[in-house]
Amino acid sequence: MEIVCPAGTPASLRAAVKAGAHTIYCGFADETNARNFPGLNFDRAEMRDGIAFAHARGAKVLVAINTFPRAGGEATWHAAIADAEAAGADAVILADLGLLDRAARHHPGLRRHLSVQAAAANADMINLYADTFGVKRVVLPRVLSVPEIAAINAETQVETEVFVFGGLCVMAEGRCSLSSYATGKSPNMNGVCSPASHVEYVEENGTLDARLGGYTIHRAARGEPAPYPTLCKGCFGAGEKTGHLFEDPVSLNAEQLIPQLEKAGVTALKIEGRQRSSSYVAQVVRNFRAAVDAVAAGRPLPAGMLARLSEGQAGTTGAYRKTWR
Amino acid sequence: MTPPTSTIATFPAPLTLPLRVLPLAPLSLSMTALTRSIARRHPGLFRRLGPYADRRFILDPTDLPVVIALEPRAGAPRLSVLRGRGEGDARIAGPLAALIGLVHGAYDGDALFFSRDLVIEGDTEAALALRNAVDDAELDLAREVETLSGPLARPLRRLIDLAERRTGAPLSRPDNGLYDDAGEMSQRTEMPQW
Repeated sequence: MEIVCPAGTPASLRAAVKAGAHTIYCGFADETNARNFPGLNFDRAEMRDGIAFAHARGAKVLVAINTFPRAGGEATWHAAIADAEAAGADAVILADLGLLDRAARHHPGLRRHLSVQAAAANADMINLYADTFGVKRVVLPRVLSVPEIAAINAETQVETEVFVFGGLCVMAEGRCSLSSYATGKSPNMNGVCSPASHVEYVEENGTLDARLGGYTIHRAARGEPAPYPTLCKGCFGAGEKTGHLFEDPVSLNAEQLIPQLEKAGVTALKIEGRQRSSSYVAQVVRNFRAAVDAVAAGRPLPAGMLARLSEGQAGTTGAYRKTWR
Repeated sequence: MTPPTSTIATFPAPLTLPLRVLPLAPLSLSMTALTRSIARRHPGLFRRLGPYADRRFILDPTDLPVVIALEPRAGAPRLSVLRGRGEGDARIAGPLAALIGLVHGAYDGDALFFSRDLVIEGDTEAALALRNAVDDAELDLAREVETLSGPLARPLRRLIDLAERRTGAPLSRPDNGLYDDAGEMSQRTEMPQW
């Protein structure tokens, strides 16, 4: 199986390639990609150099252009597709129907992948994207169980890519505007879930408050792990009850499900984390490359070592194994 | 919820005494010289900081009695070692080994944040930009010190290596073991066929 790894910087791209990634995904330093964080991402020259570095070492590069263009601002997204092709990208990852249409018409030689932001969660929808826009691969939303993924693969020729590690989005991806209520910005339009400009941490007497847009959304007592400041993993009080309303602050780790995902017909395993460091990328890629190689060779899966890298320092298999509170 | 257990080395308290009593100006001057040398050798670091290059960052090694005020100033950086909390736009606090380990890519910033080994206060956007810019620069502070040290470079390097072994702190960029002696990748990957 193919491992698809994140790179927020050229250093992370090199780290991923060195650690054994088959494929790396990254984005331009603007609002065209859904990890539009300060100090992150690639300018045009860095993208060209990064792709050349990866190709020279047998790895492919996908360019994520997976936000939804602003009315009147489409030229920025159109330029991103053209520049990705010119830089030698192996594929672009798109979510917007207009962009998919444009890429199919103006860049027919550029392979098109469907972003998780498109929230394509059944075979009919995926086949429509393939028939209409020539989509070759779909990144499945993180709301499907393994049997549901197998059912999709039985009814489509489109390759499927699934998230196996990293931040866990629990919403219908591409349709979540939760953070816009607290910040005025959303991941779909601005490429940020909890924009750093609206995030504030305050530690007093060992208690860490995380605030988003001025609202306290989590409070960690001394000794408790700190979470990302996302509303969907916030801890809220109502009446006499306090708890995580949508999801606990945990990371996805489906490493142990790799054999089942392979049986379900999955082509590629995706690691989340373009906002993370080159150290994270190297550790996670090495771990998953070892796991995939072990499965391919019929060996038992190696023991995972990734808990410390996880949000909440705890892992979950998310929707792949569905349970209820 | 399981309390995080820190594996980060802390600076030996008796060795912090000079920082409590000696004048800090010479240390500030030499650290500014080091940072300016880094700026010359790694201009991309300051380019990546973008609009945040005019911020003042307080780096707070929690196991030392001083803080470091970093002003990138568009590639002409200034570094001041100060007693007390210091004032700045963003504060990044953690054990000295954690801060140096971040520079050297030995630790992941988010993981240190999850485990509460690292605390960020103030302008989160600026702090993130600094972290990402430093991570991309792939700095090796030991090598940067060597570059500035002329004939003292080799004994200084031996001293740094010794301190690294004794303290367990990542005082230089770790060898990732992925390259052979010729600098070529020891294991090439097979390009996916699609």
